Amino acid sequence: MKRRTLFKVTTTLAATLVAGAAFAQDSIVVGAVAPKTGPLAGGAAVTHWPNIALWVEEVNERGGLNVGGEQRMLEVIEYDDQTNPSETIKAVQRLATQDDADIILAPYSTGLNLAAAPIFDKLGFPQITSSAATDQIGELTEQFNDMFFLLGRSTDLAEDAVEVLSDLREAGEIGNKVAMVNVADAFGIELAAVGKPALEAAGFEIVYETSYPLGTQDLSPIMKAAKAAEPDAFMAWSYPPDTFGLTEQAMIEELNVKAFYTAVATAFPSYGARFGAAAEGVMGIGGVNTASPEFQDYAARLEAATGSKPDYWAAGMMYASLQILEEAIETTGTLDMAEVTQYIKDNAFETVMGTIDFDDQNNNTAYWTVGQWQDGEFKGIKETGREGAVEPMVKTGWE
Amino acid sequence: MKRDEWKTLGWATALLAVAALLPLTGDGYLISLGVSIAMYTVLATSWALFSGPTHYISLATAAFFGIGTYVMGSGIEVLPYWVLLPIAGLIGGVLAALVGLATLRLSGVYFVIFTLGLAEMTRQGVTWYQNQTGHKGTYVLTDLTDNDIYWQLLGLAALVYLVGWGIGRSRLGFALRIIGDDEDVARHVGINTALSKVALFVVSGAVAAIVGAIIAPRYVYIEPSTAFTPMLSFQVVIMALLGGTGRLWGPLVGVIPFTLLWEAISSSFPNQTTLLLGLSFLAIVYLLPGGFVGLYDRLKGRAAKRSAMA
Repeated sequence: MKRRTLFKVTTTLAATLVAGAAFAQDSIVVGAVAPKTGPLAGGAAVTHWPNIALWVEEVNERGGLNVGGEQRMLEVIEYDDQTNPSETIKAVQRLATQDDADIILAPYSTGLNLAAAPIFDKLGFPQITSSAATDQIGELTEQFNDMFFLLGRSTDLAEDAVEVLSDLREAGEIGNKVAMVNVADAFGIELAAVGKPALEAAGFEIVYETSYPLGTQDLSPIMKAAKAAEPDAFMAWSYPPDTFGLTEQAMIEELNVKAFYTAVATAFPSYGARFGAAAEGVMGIGGVNTASPEFQDYAARLEAATGSKPDYWAAGMMYASLQILEEAIETTGTLDMAEVTQYIKDNAFETVMGTIDFDDQNNNTAYWTVGQWQDGEFKGIKETGREGAVEPMVKTGWE
Repeated sequence: MKRDEWKTLGWATALLAVAALLPLTGDGYLISLGVSIAMYTVLATSWALFSGPTHYISLATAAFFGIGTYVMGSGIEVLPYWVLLPIAGLIGGVLAALVGLATLRLSGVYFVIFTLGLAEMTRQGVTWYQNQTGHKGTYVLTDLTDNDIYWQLLGLAALVYLVGWGIGRSRLGFALRIIGDDEDVARHVGINTALSKVALFVVSGAVAAIVGAIIAPRYVYIEPSTAFTPMLSFQVVIMALLGGTGRLWGPLVGVIPFTLLWEAISSSFPNQTTLLLGLSFLAIVYLLPGGFVGLYDRLKGRAAKRSAMA
């Protein structure tokens, strides 16, 4: 437990420096578990971990959380679940019983959050998920009463993308022919299963359709075939490596479409950094209101504190989940998790992503579904009740 | 049965009874460790039933485990839980039989490579099917707690030990030991080597599939990447080898220290877990080539020699 003592020493030191004469109270132990290794480590390093670092740093700089009139510092204990659900479960258990954590933060991704749901439920900690997209929110929150969802339903994410295309077609900007591809893995299959019927229902003609296995290196045959079908729009229900790969191939093949959509990771800052001006007009899953001063301020603080830019989708939601927890604890003035959970259910919260108010299924019904790279930022263009959506633009080449 | 065997059976039953009391402690952390230990004990012991005597290293555990989780995941909406466990075992067994008939004529490294590929192939097969049918996520929502899962795994462990003990005493077990020593000799004395090997491979495949089915409710949401993780196959082999495959209890004495070591490393050094595990593997292979069973036999041999000299 050397690490803990070290943390205690540093946090106590910070407390005395910042709060001056403040007498260091018992610190609040915050448990965090998410991938640091394994397939999801890359995503967690962008979306999950930097937010925890920022939150803990800022709260401690302020002198800690105010719990019932007492200022208490945060002490964080981090575990790597190796992207393995069994490890996530074990780490949550360990945090609760061995480390006596006062708060445990929700893990990362749909799969790991759902694996941890029974144990959060049993231990009575609120689980505010910010990176889980599922269609089973009702069933899940009925069984796990303390589970909350910020990121929304996967069906909306796919259907809204199709709706953006429909709107562009109605406006006479694009034609009727769509090429659709998907990565043959869990979320990619799920999005395609919603997207395809939605395209058909909207009257689009699917001129090319295929899927490719996860980890496919050579995507050029797919792009060549897609180009040969002469589509007006290209949609890919893709994952991080292939989102980049497909974009690259589209540039090489000079795929001349007026709407280009790739799914997961299009909202990553690294996407914009890699493709620069070529990214202009690319649409993808997620989005934020980049014009909102709260988000701009948050992005600047995150970069200053951790050197990492937030992605334009789930990162802000992750930070919002921490703001919600903070407000619930400070307002109720307790670390009694049942009371904190009830407060979260009953109240609305002002966050960097705007107001968040959970419905009776513990679901945040207002979220971003589609974004687009415009002027070097990934701006939200479609939402289910958020303010600040911008007009979608037509893609004009790859220069 | 001989008197000694009665004694062993008595001890085994007593140990099992003690292990079954663990959930009564009410300590969630201990129970989650217990689930890990029970799961790997079943997997490593059934793995050693086949690989121990035949010396065929199988890396197919993840394939059967994954099949089991998907049987549970896709069947839980339509069939009762208890029916799905034997179905998982049956499907795992049939797959093992097919694979065994096709590959157990291969020897050594060819077999290892094939079994490693099998997990990936099954995973791609499942994914292909989901992609064709427009699948929308596999959820296993049940009321089963860690306690229930632990007890089920313990029951399965008892069953595996009984089967292993039975095989050890049977003609099949004798035949397998001969195959392990020299397959040509075995064939010449009239042993149907292929059939004997397939029979044991089926047992280990079926057991791994049932374990997958029992674990599925714990994951709640089943993804190919977690159900078919190749790490599982390697962990099972390493744990079994750490314990030693020469005796039925060998894998157990590998699983327990390994799980505790893993736990100690991941809780104390969350940022260097993989590195330290790699170093531990090296140390184990270098310092304990025959596993704990080999060490035990060596010490026993030395003690016997000493008493003989005295």
